[in-house]
Amino acid sequence: MMRQDSVIEVDGVTRRFGSLTAVDGVSLELGEGEFFALLGPSGCGKTTLLRLIAGFEIPDAGRILLDGNDITRLRPNRRPVNLMFQSYALFPHMTVRANIAYGLEMEKRPKDEIRSRVADILAMTELTALADRKPDKLSGGQRQRVALARALVKRPRVLLLDEPLGALDKKLREQMQLELKKLQHELGITFVVVTHDQDEALVMADRIALMKDGVIAQAGSPRELYENPASRFVAGFIGVTNFFEGRAADGGVIVDGHGLLQGTGATGIAAGERVALAVRPERIALSREAGLAGHNAVAGDIADLAYHGQDVNLLVRVDGVDRPVMVRLTAAEEEQGNFQPGQRVWCNWRPEHGRVLKD
Amino acid sequence: MPRARSAPVALNLHLGLVYAFLYGPVAVLMVLSFNRAGMPTAWTGFSLDWYVRLANSPAIISSTVNTLIVAVCSTLIATALGTLLALGVEKRRTSSALDALLFAPMIIPDIVLAIALLSFFTLLELTLGLYSIILSHVVFNIAFVCAVVRTRLKQFDYSIVEASSDLGASDFTTFRRITLPVIFPGVLAGALLAFTLSVDEFIIAYFTSGAGSSSTTLPMRIYSMIRFGVTPEINAMATIVMLFSFVLVFLSQRANRVPSVHQ
Repeated sequence: MMRQDSVIEVDGVTRRFGSLTAVDGVSLELGEGEFFALLGPSGCGKTTLLRLIAGFEIPDAGRILLDGNDITRLRPNRRPVNLMFQSYALFPHMTVRANIAYGLEMEKRPKDEIRSRVADILAMTELTALADRKPDKLSGGQRQRVALARALVKRPRVLLLDEPLGALDKKLREQMQLELKKLQHELGITFVVVTHDQDEALVMADRIALMKDGVIAQAGSPRELYENPASRFVAGFIGVTNFFEGRAADGGVIVDGHGLLQGTGATGIAAGERVALAVRPERIALSREAGLAGHNAVAGDIADLAYHGQDVNLLVRVDGVDRPVMVRLTAAEEEQGNFQPGQRVWCNWRPEHGRVLKD
Repeated sequence: MPRARSAPVALNLHLGLVYAFLYGPVAVLMVLSFNRAGMPTAWTGFSLDWYVRLANSPAIISSTVNTLIVAVCSTLIATALGTLLALGVEKRRTSSALDALLFAPMIIPDIVLAIALLSFFTLLELTLGLYSIILSHVVFNIAFVCAVVRTRLKQFDYSIVEASSDLGASDFTTFRRITLPVIFPGVLAGALLAFTLSVDEFIIAYFTSGAGSSSTTLPMRIYSMIRFGVTPEINAMATIVMLFSFVLVFLSQRANRVPSVHQ
């Protein structure tokens, strides 16, 4: 999705807890109607950043702007931003309907308007039949929808979601990923999702910021992060990557025992520095006799073979490389090649599919 | 919870004996309060005479009114202050020294607390009366209310407070519509306990009531009556007070029952 005007601007925000810097000088712009994911391992500061935008934390430095207005010190109840809590935080003594109406009552909306808006959102989230139940009589998936409805009914400028699907089982999670995306598209509200699940971020988000140790390691579209990772951390976190350790050289990486393996993207890296060449498993082709022309090629033995239905993962033990190289073939390719454990093969990839990365 | 197997006979017998030991004397007292002759030596037939006589005694009536005034006022004040105290203490980092100070009024011997309060009131040159009993009862009742509410708060999910704020509520509205209703069973249980404790409290009331019979409470009245021997009216009085306390404690426990998890 195209980014139009920015709704939220996070400008050099830092938040410390004692000696720990949870968020360290982060700057971000969130566009109108964008589906944005804050991704990272636990403790990377993504939830703190979300709570800063919601107003539950006040930054030690930096500013947060909403539609150009400084809201850095505005209290949470005065921000047109709503947060869907990881625990859902439903009010246990109120029915589903009362939970959802609460936010509109706080806005002092007329009774008729509250009634009709609550009815609309109940229908949209398929909760109408459960409207008079209390939260303890709902399943996990139903609670999740109530939490979502309660935040959405206020029509916030930005909806913040803290691990929204974390408590659901795998199947429901995959279904809800698509539903959330559809809902966001229909409503046109900016969504910011915090997640530690890279698949979830790739499926749902228009743009992802991958965080590590309180800073943004890389921000961009899912495709950019996957295809053009800026660092070894990004390449390793998003999807599966093979790393060939070596020293930087003109046009690639010199790997012990394999000579120069060509790769791209080596900006700001001095020759001789310790780096790695990252290659995605699906970019590698296998050949039996010799390396393919115009490709980087390394030889090894097939160690293992894992069948996943539509594709097959092969682990190839390459001389001088500690971890086996993963190669992903389609089931058809694998069948054609008739690969078996123990066979000697060549792993081939085009120079443009190898990326020289450090850290 | 696993279903308890039927207890062995010896265990049941033991349980029966413990209850008999606890409630035997009380049962005797209750039975005697309905004895026509009123003597502990022989049963001469069922009668409500002693209860009627109780209701016709102005001294008993006025001390009952005093007791209710003290109990209601001290409960209301202690419940409000104790609940706020519990909320505040639970929010901070727990410190065992602070906890000990909060529990102290519950375990300090009543006689010590009574003397301390009396000295304190005298130091301030206050004229003693009903209100000084109320103040004294508030002192120990705060501790009890606070302890009961804190147990409730241990399982309180503070994210609902943030959710309320996020949805646009002010701190006061959040307290009124979210926090208080959710912890209310604990507050009610604390209040009922405080009320019970206040109704039958004797030593502290005795020390802080000052001279004059206008501030005599029911336990003090019973004590003064007993100096001439245990009369059947006292049995009747004690029976009423005990049933009343029993009902309150029962309600208090019921109110604060933690909902069991059903599978």
